[in-house]
Amino acid sequence: MSQVIINDNEVDIVIGALHSDLTNFMTEWKPVFSRFHLIIVKDPDLKEDLKIPEGFSADVYTKSEIERVVGSSTAIRFSGYACRYFGFLVSKKKYVVCIDDDCVPAKDDAGILVDAVAQHIVNLKTPATPFFFNTLYDPFRKGADFVRGYPFSLRNGVDCALSCGLWLNLADLDAPTQALKPSQRNSRYVDAVLTVPVRAMLPVSGINIAFNRELVGPALVPALVLAGEGKLRWETVEDIWCGLCVKAICDHLSLGVKSGLPYVSRAERGNAIESLKKEWKGVKLMEEVVPFFQSVRLPQSATTTEDCVIEMAKAVKEQLGKVDPMFSQAAAAMEEWVKLWKSVGSA
Amino acid sequence: MAATSSKPVPLLKDELDIVIPTIRNLDFLEMWRPFFEQYHLIIVQDGDPTKVIKVPEGFDYELYNRNDINRILGPKASCISFKDSACRCFGYMVSKKKYIYTIDDDCFVAKDPTGHDINALEQHIKNLLSPSTPFFFNTLYDPYRDGADFVRGYPFSLREGVPTAVSHGLWLNIPDYDAPTQLVKPHERNTRFVDAVLTIPKGSLFPMCGMNLAFNRELIGPAMYFGLMGDGQPIGRYDDMWAGWCIKVICDHLGLGVKTGLPYIWHSKASNPFVNLKKEYKGIFWQEEIIPFFQAATLSKDATSVQKCYIELSKQVKEKLGVVDPYFVKLADAMVTWIEAWDEINNSAEEKTTENKTAVAAAK
Repeated sequence: MSQVIINDNEVDIVIGALHSDLTNFMTEWKPVFSRFHLIIVKDPDLKEDLKIPEGFSADVYTKSEIERVVGSSTAIRFSGYACRYFGFLVSKKKYVVCIDDDCVPAKDDAGILVDAVAQHIVNLKTPATPFFFNTLYDPFRKGADFVRGYPFSLRNGVDCALSCGLWLNLADLDAPTQALKPSQRNSRYVDAVLTVPVRAMLPVSGINIAFNRELVGPALVPALVLAGEGKLRWETVEDIWCGLCVKAICDHLSLGVKSGLPYVSRAERGNAIESLKKEWKGVKLMEEVVPFFQSVRLPQSATTTEDCVIEMAKAVKEQLGKVDPMFSQAAAAMEEWVKLWKSVGSA
Repeated sequence: MAATSSKPVPLLKDELDIVIPTIRNLDFLEMWRPFFEQYHLIIVQDGDPTKVIKVPEGFDYELYNRNDINRILGPKASCISFKDSACRCFGYMVSKKKYIYTIDDDCFVAKDPTGHDINALEQHIKNLLSPSTPFFFNTLYDPYRDGADFVRGYPFSLREGVPTAVSHGLWLNIPDYDAPTQLVKPHERNTRFVDAVLTIPKGSLFPMCGMNLAFNRELIGPAMYFGLMGDGQPIGRYDDMWAGWCIKVICDHLGLGVKTGLPYIWHSKASNPFVNLKKEYKGIFWQEEIIPFFQAATLSKDATSVQKCYIELSKQVKEKLGVVDPYFVKLADAMVTWIEAWDEINNSAEEKTTENKTAVAAAK
């Protein structure tokens, strides 16, 4: 496969700042981030000023900027981890990479620093293969290919819209799991990228993702933001909901979603047992959505991502609205997001 | 990967048969001795039945050549391929065990990145004995492995998983490429050790390779028919793939899981790409019809056993693929013959066992 060329001007790195002091985070990522433009969005609930080291090309957005752009009356809340979506909205680049501010670059088994941004862009720039599973994983990687029995007509693949990376050290486990296994840390570096097959659902973690904004930008919506949501991943489901919607939309539009490399290293933070004490609304809600996503089919007439989001919102309101009012709110947020995207996002 | 001692503790040694098709020799077994010695082997000798295949000392085995197959199955032997490793499925049929591991005679013990020998059989057993998760993809791969788990967002209601029917292993060194790819990349070697096992999601098909494969015979055995290949047939090197598409449709229907990934074996022999091209040629075109067929195949609510599923599938093969080429009509009939033979052999299992063993012993 030919070399993938990464153009600095094609990439925005969006950081949701849930901590005010980003010095360590940005210093660790400097070798990887310094050539790209950064969009740093400060959690509107964060009181302290941000501390950002020198040497980066960065635009910083705070609560007042957010309100100026989107207005104050909105079904969309940008607090906590949802603040990142504002960065997605105002970006003007083709590719967006987003990494949580408690992650640092990982090292592979050879001890070499993983350039997570480069790997994400390679994932996005090479085709995905959702219609048939390749047992040697990504056939476009050097040293790999399609195996015997892979239909030739499917070997061109489709555009990859979303790249979901993984985490060493503190994996993205939910609180009950982490509480049961307090010392479990992920040290297994799985050297693979693979396309998640069409119609297979997956939990997309927002901790380490990248996407083709031109293809699916409007589909990444901060729709399911919980009322009592905290500032720890254990207490959120916004990314999980968003990922299920994006996957359904990608399936409908014949776009690909990849999972696997790159890894980032996720730092220790918080106490799983403490998070257990918060109400488990998010977990309960997720149980309700599985049959919905298993069966949701968007109409043929939905040919753009915006159309798909609107249709998704309709289906959510109709089928899940009666299960819990949170879903009606999510549907409203999705509809509002498309409007916002049209006015702000494509400006 | 955990280090393995030279004599690993055998798991399921009375519940698993190792099925090996061979036309050459079984020298490769020497390398596998520490891992295979405690298991019963079923050798299916392809090609000239007068040739004597020497089995290394110390292995407990039964061996079947073409004469044995013809004698045991009578006219139904027509469903078993000749001059193709597809004949191995005869071994599945006559086995009395719950689990099968099948391996090619050019596959050797591989080493993991720490330099330790990989006990492929042990990993397959682990894969088969732990559940699969076909209804929702876990981004950390097999959640039941040491050091892994379900990730945040994975529905709790799906965390029990379903029984695993098939464990599909991979290969280092010579990768399982088709002839065109082999011709374009004759020197490519698979050197990437991917430390993962994962469940292939429901609704997704995959190209199954029979070189390093294990399955739960009680759950899926009757669907592991490797088709009509080799001598007198218009196609070769599609045996395992055909079985793979059938078992995946059936597993999806019955709520069983298929895993792929670890273990790796070391595949030493690259077959001749020109010979392969001749065998695969028709398959390359037919595949384009076969895949949509399997992707759209649905089984009725009445198909509650593997045999019923398989018979239903054979009817659909005849109806929908029969128009592509008369080969598929023959294949559909062979699928039915296979099931009939399977049921016959396995329902009068006790009597047949004694008969076979006596015959095999007498033939030696």
